[in-house]
Amino acid sequence: FSPVGKMFRAVVRLSTSGVRNLARTRPCYSAPLSARCYSHAKVETDEEFDARWVTYFSKPDIDAWELKKGMNTLIGYDLVPEPKILDSALRACRRLNDLASAIRILEAVKDKSGPHKDIYPYLIQELQPTLTELGISTPEDLGMDIL
Amino acid sequence: MLHLTKGRVGCLLSRRVVLALTNRGARMSSHDHHEVSDKVDMSQPMYWDRLDTPLPDRPWKDVLDSTDKSLKQKEKGPWTALSKEEKIALYRLKFNHTYPEMKRPSHEWKTVIGGMFIVFGITGLVVLWQCHYVYPPQPHTFGEEWQAKQVQRMLDMQINPIEGFSAQWDYKNKQWK
Repeated sequence: FSPVGKMFRAVVRLSTSGVRNLARTRPCYSAPLSARCYSHAKVETDEEFDARWVTYFSKPDIDAWELKKGMNTLIGYDLVPEPKILDSALRACRRLNDLASAIRILEAVKDKSGPHKDIYPYLIQELQPTLTELGISTPEDLGMDIL
Repeated sequence: MLHLTKGRVGCLLSRRVVLALTNRGARMSSHDHHEVSDKVDMSQPMYWDRLDTPLPDRPWKDVLDSTDKSLKQKEKGPWTALSKEEKIALYRLKFNHTYPEMKRPSHEWKTVIGGMFIVFGITGLVVLWQCHYVYPPQPHTFGEEWQAKQVQRMLDMQINPIEGFSAQWDYKNKQWK
């Protein structure tokens, strides 16, 4: 028989025994509570996430780049931001004297809601005090929500 | 200087996005069609209209005339003092398309379906030509007379008499069931 064949068989034998060893040393807890091998990293709660973003936009001397970066990142997430985060972002727009971006943010969150048509009216309802205080018109008020 | 020709950017993104990305719209009031390929200067901040990235690196209109400048000055004051038209004007200074305009349906599907049918038509013509000029004559076994004799032979042999061919033939009345 060819030595190559013998080598191959030896490799296979080693690998199967190796697999068995791996199975033995894997740190799987058999306790009833943690029956799965989840990562032990700390998961940020929703409140922590919201607080972090509110703080980000609340920076008094926030600059235009930071606003852009923050908003683009936030819209990149698989979620619709909470009204308090948007409130903070709109106030950041006010500090930057940027009405256009404020309206753009409202358009963006409406688009983020996707098929869930009830999210955007809720957001506007929650943001109404801020919108009237700062004088931000919604895209609907300006007739920009239709072609 | 980082220059990217339109064609090369077209490979990365669709041509429609490239058209939106070029800074010609804001920068040029008179249209210069002498250039064959439009170069996008990738070392400068770019404008884009994207649903997933609402705030681009630069505003749509960079070069402001005096009315725009006075409007921008008014923007520094309370926004309650701005009229609706002024707010719309401020938006249009900073952005090209609104979200509904970005999401507007295009008529591209008509081009696609039309193109498909044209290709089918050409293919059909090619097939017709080939049927006439390329294919050899049909074997004699395809003729009407031969086929009839073949069917009779198959019935005489009782091909598939239980569930198949001959099962459909009524031998008593000499007709199909």
